[in-house]
Amino acid sequence: MLASMFDGIKAYLFSGKSTPGQADSIPASLFWALVYILLIFLGLSIAVIAMNWLERKILAHMQVRLGPMRVGPHGLLQPIADALKLLIKEDITPAAADKWVFWLAPLMVVITAFTVFIVVPFGPAHAVTDMNIGILFMLGVSSLSVLGIVMAGWASNSHYPLMGALRSSAQMVSYEIAMGLAVVSAVLMTSLNDKGTGTLSMIGIVQAQAAQHVWFVFKFFPLGLIAFFIFAVAMVAETNRAPFDLPEAESELTAGFHTEYSGFRWSLFFLAEYSAMIAVSSIAVTLWLGGWLRPFTDWLSGDTWDMVFALIPGLSLLFLAGMCFYSTTRMPKHPSFRIQTAGLAGFGVVLAAAGVLLFVPPVRAWVQDIFWFSAKVAVFMYLYIWYRGTFPRYRFDQLMKVGWKILLPIGIGVLVLTAIAGVFF
Amino acid sequence: MTDQTTTDPRRYLSHLELGEPDKTFLDTNELVINMGPQHPATHGVLRVILKLDGEKVLGTECVIGYLHRGVEKIAEHRTYTMFNPYVDRMDYVAAVSNGLGYCEAVEKLLNVQAPPRANYIRVILAELNRLASHMLWLGTHALDIGAITPLFYTFRDREEVLKIFEKYCGARLTTHAFRIGGCLYETYDGFEDDVKKFHKFVTPKIDEYEELLTTNRIWVERTKGVGSISAKDCIALGVTGPVLRASGVKWDLRKAQPYAAYSEFDFEIPTCENGDTYDRYLVRMQEMRQSLRIIEQAVGKIPDGPIMAKVPKVMKPPVGEIYHSIEAPKGELGYFIVSDGSTQPYRVRVRPPSFVNLQALDLMVRGQLVADVIAVIGTLDIVLGEVDR
Amino acid sequence: MPDEPKSPSPTPDPKQTPAAGSAAASTPEKHSAPAKPAGPAALPWDSPMVSRLKQRYGSGVEASSYLGQNYMVVDSSVVAELLRVLRDEERFDYCVDVTAAHYLEREKQFDVVWILYSFALNERIRVKTMIADGESVDSVVSIWPAANWLEREVYDMFGIRFEGHPDLKRILLPDGWKGYPLRKDYGIIQQDQEWVQINLGIESGQ
Repeated sequence: MLASMFDGIKAYLFSGKSTPGQADSIPASLFWALVYILLIFLGLSIAVIAMNWLERKILAHMQVRLGPMRVGPHGLLQPIADALKLLIKEDITPAAADKWVFWLAPLMVVITAFTVFIVVPFGPAHAVTDMNIGILFMLGVSSLSVLGIVMAGWASNSHYPLMGALRSSAQMVSYEIAMGLAVVSAVLMTSLNDKGTGTLSMIGIVQAQAAQHVWFVFKFFPLGLIAFFIFAVAMVAETNRAPFDLPEAESELTAGFHTEYSGFRWSLFFLAEYSAMIAVSSIAVTLWLGGWLRPFTDWLSGDTWDMVFALIPGLSLLFLAGMCFYSTTRMPKHPSFRIQTAGLAGFGVVLAAAGVLLFVPPVRAWVQDIFWFSAKVAVFMYLYIWYRGTFPRYRFDQLMKVGWKILLPIGIGVLVLTAIAGVFF
Repeated sequence: MTDQTTTDPRRYLSHLELGEPDKTFLDTNELVINMGPQHPATHGVLRVILKLDGEKVLGTECVIGYLHRGVEKIAEHRTYTMFNPYVDRMDYVAAVSNGLGYCEAVEKLLNVQAPPRANYIRVILAELNRLASHMLWLGTHALDIGAITPLFYTFRDREEVLKIFEKYCGARLTTHAFRIGGCLYETYDGFEDDVKKFHKFVTPKIDEYEELLTTNRIWVERTKGVGSISAKDCIALGVTGPVLRASGVKWDLRKAQPYAAYSEFDFEIPTCENGDTYDRYLVRMQEMRQSLRIIEQAVGKIPDGPIMAKVPKVMKPPVGEIYHSIEAPKGELGYFIVSDGSTQPYRVRVRPPSFVNLQALDLMVRGQLVADVIAVIGTLDIVLGEVDR
Repeated sequence: MPDEPKSPSPTPDPKQTPAAGSAAASTPEKHSAPAKPAGPAALPWDSPMVSRLKQRYGSGVEASSYLGQNYMVVDSSVVAELLRVLRDEERFDYCVDVTAAHYLEREKQFDVVWILYSFALNERIRVKTMIADGESVDSVVSIWPAANWLEREVYDMFGIRFEGHPDLKRILLPDGWKGYPLRKDYGIIQQDQEWVQINLGIESGQ
């Protein structure tokens, strides 16, 4: 039994097969699936923590201020402090709340937000599984989070959270339609191959982009671009982020579905929000921005260019390490800052080590796809934060108007035009 | 011949009829909810009771008085000079204009004129104060509507104004800058340079704010058509200041009844036509630019001379009454002072612009959505210290 | 460069030129002694508008001008109608303020003052009437809706009732407060201790 597993593992490692779902023997694939799930879970947690810090810092810098600076050098430990604080906070449940539903609602939202990641492809062989209905699965599961939100509002047994939850869910449902139309346009484009069959599988979609030598955002210009924009707007509304964050705004009257939640339960909602942001960004990256493909695969092709692009992950980590070291030199020289300075320098050393590690050829090859995918998702995260800093909030009726009267008709138009373009070109 | 008689006067009354039998939330669509007095967006302790039909506002009632400190009563027990610092605390956001109005009112009562140099200093500080008040308004108004960034930009630039105030009179917020008869403090060394530097610094910043908001589609959608009030209603309700000017009435006390050297400067009165929130925003932005224009003209030619007129140490104005009003950043700020010949005023009445403007809230939000109530309260630019005194 | 202690003209604001009535308000006698002056006196104010009003209301209207500001002392019986006439015929469409003052030793203890402004004429006048304690005045809310809260404040602070006001209740003080603070017989640190004890739960508000 053990021997066969070892053989399975070895066979898998050196066979260059794709995702664990297609490995030879069932125990092997389960094992790898679990490994990948753990990796993704860890990676996602780190990403959410990093997002928290990044959001506070980037937003602060946009607002001519510094953001967290005290908890750890440059506030790097702030998210951990926040997480600890939320964990040790008193767990208040409203007396008249429906206890089971109250407990279940945040779990629901978190579970759906994390589950979608099993089909997100970080590389041609780097996904937990490659369902042949990948994109459909993602959209379907992320819609389940609406249920969690309504449950949260209902279980709070209070007027304002209920109204906030209903508004939130109405908003999410409306924008899912626009999202769906944009997604269908992209999926249509995958069928422009010899066999004339497209695919709903996430890996398949990226492979279609590779085969057609164009990212779908540039395909049938400007149709791909418009579909991408529709999705980009709808995904912001889907995740209840600015400028569509009326249901959670503090200066409005209805305080949002998570009013009655405190401490750890609240942090679950907030965790789920960031995960959902990353999830929909992953969809956008996979469908339109070429997933894990490096930029300019065709224009800048060849071994030297491949090598140049292969060095970028390591270089970027070294660049971050360099920034850490530079900030270390600029830390205050007062004795009470010694630990922070040392910590920052240590962090820089860790980053530098990781960067150097990424230059080693086997690691370099393995990390290529993951890096490019993550970099593109990171761009979307920056855009999310940028929107939050720049735009006022839409009023709820205006928000619904945008979703139904603007995005939906354009989405249908793009879909039809894409279909026509696909037939003729 | 006015056409006031054609408007039904009940139009201006608060449309909130309390006293209906208790209906639960699900029975009808009508709902009475309460906003404040603690609320992040009411700019102070203001309580607004809203009657809603779903999302639409049917009527409102403002409950004020949470910040009532009895300033008018205190005035009767202080001498004229001793009362001067109290007036800063009313509109604490723009304290210089309160002081200006009070000092000028008492000067009128004493039949004294402040010397020209003092008048120029007063004008410069008053216009800087107008800038500071409008900047704070812009930051908080944008924050209420959801644009969280302009707040920091405007406060950063407001800091520069407060630094000048601090260098001049020692205080940033409640400045007590003027005295009855003129100014107490001579301009400090480098005052003109500071003001000129500030002028150069802030002019592009106003363009920056406009760039962020004026053509921003979401901003326009949130503010156009929201909280409209016509010129006729404004005049009927006694609304003054930028609200009146945005409704189309080109009236500014600095031009209509000039005081303190304003007649010597060349500036315009910005107006708009529709009287909605967007227009009030545009009017205030333009007012900031006109203030900068006045400052630029004034700082170039401050006349020499004394800064204080000859006022007796113990001020006993002759028996009589006076009403004097100025164009504060929020509207017409008036002081009605009754003197009985003693050292203490017999009656000081402050006519606060925010108090009278707040009456218009009901008319402006009727029929709008709940999310607009906050935008309208922000656009009225009220300061509860002034409303309640 | 005028540097005298007191300028010869009593109008410290030479730009304020009421269209009618400036003639009388120009130059009263000024004592130039630096000691306490006798002070400018209230001069009679005459203008076409004033003569029209005097024609209608005869001795009920007394028009004067002090320090360049025109005001009328009107009998309380005619003031309601006079105010309406001022808005309808004389175009004083903006009610700047409604306020009051309390003179404890007088028989007619309260001075109720209306400050009006006309956009068309760029003119501001005050209308004053005197009423006794307990008497009420007609509300001008039907003439100038601006007076709604202004009258409520006068009621709150002085206890003067305005007949015809749609909702005359306290505005700045809590609803159940007893006493009218701006009256001269209300102490500077006096409070409604009963209200404080019931509503704030403390012994004294001091």
